[in-house]
Amino acid sequence: MNWSLFWDLTVSGLTLGSVYSLIALGYSMVYGILKLLNFAHGDVYMIGAFVGYFALQGLGGPQNPSVSVWLVVSLMFLAAMLGGGLLGVVIERFAYRPLRDAPRIAPLISALGVSFFLQNAALLVFGASFRDYGTFDLIGGKTYHRGNVFLSVPQILTIVTALLLMIGLTLFVARSKIGKAMRATSFDREAASMMGIDVDRVIASTFFIGSALAGAAGVMFGLVFGQIYHYMGFIAGLKGFTAAVIGGIGSIPGAMLGGLLVGLAESYSTGYLPQGSTFQNLYVFALLILIILIRPSGILGKADVKKV
Amino acid sequence: MPDEQLPPAPDQPRIGVDEWVASVEGKRERYSGVVGRLRRVWDALPVGGRLLVFAIPAAIFPLVTTEGNLFRYGLITLIYALLALGLNIVVGFAGLLDLGYIAFFGFGAYMYGILASGHSGHHWPAELAIPVVIVGGAVLGLLVGLPSRRLVGDYLAIVTLFFGQAFVVFVNNANRINFPFVGHTDLTGGANGLDNIDPLNLFGWKVTTTKEYYYFTLGAFVLVMMLLYFVNESRTGRAWRALREDPLAAEVMSMPINRLKLMAFVFGAATAAFAGTIYGAVQTGAFPGDFDVGLLITIYAIVILGGAGSLAGVVVAAIVVNAVPELLRDPNQAEWVFYVGLTVVVLARVRPWQRLVGVVAGTIAFGFAVHAIADAAWPRLTAGSSGGEGALAHAIGSWILLPSDPKQIANFAFGLLIAAVLGLTLIDGVWRTVALVPTIYLAAFVWENLLIQQTAGATRFLLLGALLVVLMNARPQGLFGTARVEIV
Repeated sequence: MNWSLFWDLTVSGLTLGSVYSLIALGYSMVYGILKLLNFAHGDVYMIGAFVGYFALQGLGGPQNPSVSVWLVVSLMFLAAMLGGGLLGVVIERFAYRPLRDAPRIAPLISALGVSFFLQNAALLVFGASFRDYGTFDLIGGKTYHRGNVFLSVPQILTIVTALLLMIGLTLFVARSKIGKAMRATSFDREAASMMGIDVDRVIASTFFIGSALAGAAGVMFGLVFGQIYHYMGFIAGLKGFTAAVIGGIGSIPGAMLGGLLVGLAESYSTGYLPQGSTFQNLYVFALLILIILIRPSGILGKADVKKV
Repeated sequence: MPDEQLPPAPDQPRIGVDEWVASVEGKRERYSGVVGRLRRVWDALPVGGRLLVFAIPAAIFPLVTTEGNLFRYGLITLIYALLALGLNIVVGFAGLLDLGYIAFFGFGAYMYGILASGHSGHHWPAELAIPVVIVGGAVLGLLVGLPSRRLVGDYLAIVTLFFGQAFVVFVNNANRINFPFVGHTDLTGGANGLDNIDPLNLFGWKVTTTKEYYYFTLGAFVLVMMLLYFVNESRTGRAWRALREDPLAAEVMSMPINRLKLMAFVFGAATAAFAGTIYGAVQTGAFPGDFDVGLLITIYAIVILGGAGSLAGVVVAAIVVNAVPELLRDPNQAEWVFYVGLTVVVLARVRPWQRLVGVVAGTIAFGFAVHAIADAAWPRLTAGSSGGEGALAHAIGSWILLPSDPKQIANFAFGLLIAAVLGLTLIDGVWRTVALVPTIYLAAFVWENLLIQQTAGATRFLLLGALLVVLMNARPQGLFGTARVEIV
């Protein structure tokens, strides 16, 4: 067993997994509350990455930022989260809210339309070329290691930030008043509105938080992998989605677990499985099918019991 | 209302007739004007007659046009319509969201390419290859559909979306992997695609020219349409619709919902594989890039625009969705399409006529005023030129701002336009009319400076995406669908 390869794959899997977890959280929260698969979520993540990029450019670019490096990075995260969150709220308001009582398939197709619109709008406005975050210039190429485990600064940053965001989200949903309202709304929307909960506002804030997490994930991806492009949302959205399903859609810890699993599976398959670097997506797909066949409601999901 | 048309008969049980159904006749009578007469004629036509209404113009079409390109558009439109018919079974009849549909289309093209092409070395005749491809597509559909048996509703969407993606990855790389048992073979040509596909060779009749393909596809289309009509009217068809409306109620009525879902899925997959065969033969090649999400959205737009579940709508929508973008390809025609479309929308939506006149006059005046001011103050804003040529573009040039370096400002205007259009849906009354004027101008500005440059690519798909959202919000049943009746 080649331990150094194993640890490399684990670290990159955890990094990727953190990004997927954050995306999966948005899917899962929205699904929990609206029973809607928000296909546009991956594109919110893409827009978040671009907002982060333009924030970086606005602050002087990676070579000579006008303020200290860590402030630049925090501002990038802040801008991307704010931009992503607002975008999510706007999408909800105009594409999903009018369809809340329509047949199930209508908002799904609307979501598909939004996703396609955002992708092509990004292609028109940002162009087809890759944009470079310039992480090396910004943060430097320093790596920390302990034994065989090597960690670069962006990787540490990603894992730690994702962890903090997830802890924050868990606390928010468990403790705050809005979080309580979210849980109530996802449990039974009608009953919640009868208890005086402003359901529209709760749904909007769910979208804001979920999309803000996606925006942060976009910046993380940019920092770790360097390059962003208009089409990046599609495949990442698909993986985030897979993560949410594997973990049990609608469940917040499930989304985190699912994201890490998908990231690790992808990483290990590139290292250990035949033609892994080409077919990593196929292996993730196989994992999805496997999990769905064994536990249709995901690892941490509860079986859907329908009352009539 | 229903009481007037239907005298109450207390001694007769009215089984299966509710108020809405009972009032259908009255609604039909109430259609007025030309549209009403057309609709009544349409409703009275027997099914065969309705089919002829499409088939005859389509059959004559090649005889009246001489331009080679139009043929090709007609042919592609037919293939898309065929594809949409298949998707209509899955989405429209059974209400399943199949996002891997294009993979079956691609499967058809590749499978045919493997059975009959210079690339693979086999040269099967079409009468043998087509059934094999269709059965293969059906089996593949069954395999993909099987896990979805256990999936609760929406999970099908993710599995199929992933499947579609996996298909593209597979055909992109299948030229350099070692298959179990077979070893190393170049199955799909990889990223370069599978080339040299044979033309269809049907009982010795070699289909080679575009015209022959057109008629072949038309024949296939009519055949599939007839088949689907009978399936739709059959027990299975009714069961599908019941499943679409309420899966739970359907299950309670002891319908085998899993089997029904699988059947719809398999039917759709087989149709797509058949369409793929024709596509592969027409293109004499199969390329991985052809089977991506863009085509999926196009076909979805066709089905949704036509009205999910409506066979006639699919045909009309295929023409609209496929022909309009073809017109957009040429910047000169695109100019006309855009302004005529804009005018039609304004004419149709703004009422009463005083307000309409106000909007039109206001927009024209607004444009000239902005142009004059900009010309005097910032000449740079009027120094550029539009993408189009000809009389219209020339006339537009003195009305709209054309900055010499439009990229940046057009991007901002684009964002502003989206915000403005979204904002318009929030306000009402006079303010909406007032706000409409600068919004139209802004739309024209963005069109001239940004969208017109990519009419064949991004703009087309952008508009399709927007169309899906708008249609879902404004008319979820599509152009030809019947509105759902909610019986509570």
